[in-house]
Amino acid sequence: MTGSTYITDFKTDRGYELKLNTGLFINNEFVGGDSQIETINPATGKVIAKVEAAGEKEVNAAVDAAEKAFEEVWSKVTPQKRRDYMLKLASLIDRDHEELSQIESLDNGKGISLSRGFDVRELSECIRYYAGWTDKIHGKVIETEGVLSYTRHEPIGVCGAIIPWNFPLLMFAWKLAPALATGNCVVIKTSEMTPLSALKVASLVKEAEFPPGVVNIITGYGHTTGDLLARHKKVGKIAFTGSTAVGRLVMKAAAESNLKKVTLELGGKSPNIIFDDADLELAIKWSFRGVFFNHGQTCCAGTRIYVQEGIYDKFLEKFKAHTQNTPIGHPHDESTFQGPQISQTQYDRIMGYIDSGKEEGATVALGGKRWGNEGYYVEPTIFTDVKEDMKIMKEEIFGPVACVTKFKDEEEAIRLANDSNYGLASAIFSESNKRCIEVSKRIKAGTVWVNCVNVLHANTPFGGFKESGIGRENGEYALDNYTQVKVVKMATTMSP
Amino acid sequence: MTQSDIQTIVTQSGKELKVHTQLFINNEFVPGNGPLIEDINPSTEEVICKVHSATEEDVNTAVEAAHTAYKKVWSKVAPAERGVLLNKLADLMERDQEELAMLEAIDNGKAVSVARDEDIAGCIGCYRYFAGWADKIHGKVIDTAPEQHIYTRHEALGVVGAIIPWNYPLMMGAWKFAPALAAGNAVVMKTSELTPLSAYKFATLIKEAGFPPGVVNIITGYGHITGSALAAHPRVSKMAFTGSTGTGRKVMEASSTSNLKKLQLELGGKSAQLVFADADLKHAAQQAAAGIYNNHGQNCNAGSRIFVHESVAKEFIDLFTEQAKAVKVGCPFKEDTFQGPQVSKAQFDKIMEYIKIGQDEGATLHFGGKRVGDKGYFIQPTVFTNCNNNMRLMREEIFGPVVAIGTFSGGWEEAVELANDSDYGLAAGVYTSDHSTAIKASNALLAGSVWVNCYDLFNNSVPFGGYKQSGFGKELGKYALLEYLQVKSVITLIDW
Repeated sequence: MTGSTYITDFKTDRGYELKLNTGLFINNEFVGGDSQIETINPATGKVIAKVEAAGEKEVNAAVDAAEKAFEEVWSKVTPQKRRDYMLKLASLIDRDHEELSQIESLDNGKGISLSRGFDVRELSECIRYYAGWTDKIHGKVIETEGVLSYTRHEPIGVCGAIIPWNFPLLMFAWKLAPALATGNCVVIKTSEMTPLSALKVASLVKEAEFPPGVVNIITGYGHTTGDLLARHKKVGKIAFTGSTAVGRLVMKAAAESNLKKVTLELGGKSPNIIFDDADLELAIKWSFRGVFFNHGQTCCAGTRIYVQEGIYDKFLEKFKAHTQNTPIGHPHDESTFQGPQISQTQYDRIMGYIDSGKEEGATVALGGKRWGNEGYYVEPTIFTDVKEDMKIMKEEIFGPVACVTKFKDEEEAIRLANDSNYGLASAIFSESNKRCIEVSKRIKAGTVWVNCVNVLHANTPFGGFKESGIGRENGEYALDNYTQVKVVKMATTMSP
Repeated sequence: MTQSDIQTIVTQSGKELKVHTQLFINNEFVPGNGPLIEDINPSTEEVICKVHSATEEDVNTAVEAAHTAYKKVWSKVAPAERGVLLNKLADLMERDQEELAMLEAIDNGKAVSVARDEDIAGCIGCYRYFAGWADKIHGKVIDTAPEQHIYTRHEALGVVGAIIPWNYPLMMGAWKFAPALAAGNAVVMKTSELTPLSAYKFATLIKEAGFPPGVVNIITGYGHITGSALAAHPRVSKMAFTGSTGTGRKVMEASSTSNLKKLQLELGGKSAQLVFADADLKHAAQQAAAGIYNNHGQNCNAGSRIFVHESVAKEFIDLFTEQAKAVKVGCPFKEDTFQGPQVSKAQFDKIMEYIKIGQDEGATLHFGGKRVGDKGYFIQPTVFTNCNNNMRLMREEIFGPVVAIGTFSGGWEEAVELANDSDYGLAAGVYTSDHSTAIKASNALLAGSVWVNCYDLFNNSVPFGGYKQSGFGKELGKYALLEYLQVKSVITLIDW
């Protein structure tokens, strides 16, 4: 079967024409899988296309391709040349920015203005950022008596990645870029729910003339394809972003196979703390963005909103009013902020949580129902009168559902914020310099946003405390995930 | 003094080029207030064209432009954006590589092929390397006590001055511009009045790449007028100088009497190459010859002293002389030329004078020593033997294609002591097949760069800079960034 067999034509609901190769991308070629998976348009529930899915044979082929490419080619390419390949890829992504945005919105359901303005832009910036690191990965020379000691920060070889459906291109970039920059070859499994945009990037990888086997992109179900990759003995490291439950399985697979290095970006139930000396207008705008961005399908969503009692009523009133105006609509309409949730399963899960909130006695202050008649839309929902032990306060909903409650003082806020098994992110709103610094020291979370939320940069680290994960992505810190340290100690044969 | 900016010149190969001859300030070419300076073609001894020169008044204008640009615009540009501009600049240099090479060749005398494939290729790599650093300049957070919050910022200096020499015009420019701009500074650079043309072509690329006006300013003029005004300017926060040790002292003095501006000096050298009995002599001869004859010996780190173990001295000298004989001296515009003319009559005269001094001192003129042809400042690759460290030939920097060879009879300690017996300490070479010799000699040599079994191997990611009177401060690599930054500690008390 040749690669051309898998070329598929399709259109967005607004008539933008697309053509993609839906095979598995292995060794710079598109090949068949052992089965096909249908990817659904979440705005309509209809099938967009069928993609090839990887079984054991294909996973092995991808890993073998990566291993061969590493041993024979990539490990001999200079850091400068690695940089040039990555910059070329970034340029091609910039060239095809619109097409990538259209595919992302079609497959994932996010608003086209967001795909364009955020997801695809960040993909390019992330790759450019890490292209800048390739020739700056330094070992150390350490003074030791009688011996010349130095360290090398070497690539691992073959790195696997399993990425989710909520930010397909962004999550792809966060894994691909540091892995390549440090000299590794990769096998990336995309989510079977959003396989298309990475396949477009695959064609750009080939156009950028990366040596075959350096970048391999496959898809399939987590419990089959993902599991095979997580337990493959030739994969030296696995990077996973997804739910905490599946993160445990990945770690288990690594433990049972070859003790491959593991980094995990898992779930969260991030607290957003609004003190009575906060700039209220700012706090509302950011809080809204914190929970409702990407339809609530964000691991770091600020879903528990703690408001100091003095401003609680005012906050709630304005927050409701602001949320009421959420531009919900079709993903390919320019003004859409909130599109559909990714799938029927996710939709059902979110509605299930909303029901449990009602059953456990919380008040639906806004929303709580399906939106429209077509697609997996959920109204932006606000719960009040919540108790800490309610499911909606403890468990990650991954939808447009916010819980708002009040607190008395700083001590209580910090205690409540930290009372979670998660620790991915947090936000503080206050005008007091002292309070901002002090509270940010005491919150147990990998990111603390002060007077803002969900502000990400390619050069700052991101990752969780506690059960929100292991390891950091982005910034210089991510380089450690993809390198291993070797120390060389050279003794001389002459007397010192 | 007026002359219109654009002049037409003709290369020795008959190609017509249009060049800018006015000062580049605020992204525009403007006349200078100084006299027009004749720019001589060292291959033909004829005037290429005249260029404008800068007086103290022009220096003030340039510095003010840089200061305003820094304060109002450049300091507010995002770091990643600085990286984008530097990468764009590199792309444009690549596009115009041939023209830049021709300008370098006509003005400096180096072969077009060398200018293109080494100088300008090196520049392109240098801009790309430092582009990658722009968004990776990290301060630290330092934990002291719970009630304190302390961090450092690595901030740009503001306006940086640079005075560069004529031996590698564009490359010396790149070594200063790239880290200065990546770190967020604005720059005023004085090029050598002997080689002003290529920098003005480069200036057009600065504008085309999109650098805001005033961020990069390029002027030329005599050292004692333009250079000293820049070195003494109170609004220039740092001076980076490459040139002779004598002028370096003047730059340092100017700083001491003006505003104590930070300094970086890349000065002269009399670097020693050590050839041990167990060296691969043929390979060593090739490398060592390149080490002195590269760039017609007009290289601060030229390996101009060679100490070879007496047991292999005859064999090595024969092999070395074969290399010297094979050097093709000729017109820079001939594709197989390795060595063009020396840059000026003054340099030519100085070198010929040293050749006479060497003979007067009792060294053996083993090969070369004469002018080549009767037009242009061409000198034969020259070899002196039976030299010792007491001779001026071995103590003073000649800056021409003249090597002084001496011998040693003992072990690595004797060889290293001979190498270290100099006020200079820029570089050194070690040729040996023995592991321990390589380590011990390179540990003990007082030189900023030690080349083992090679010479003149440069990489944009590896620092370069001298010990002792060869200067202080590092160019290239991460180390260069520190030269263009200042560290601020911010100490906040949060509990009292």
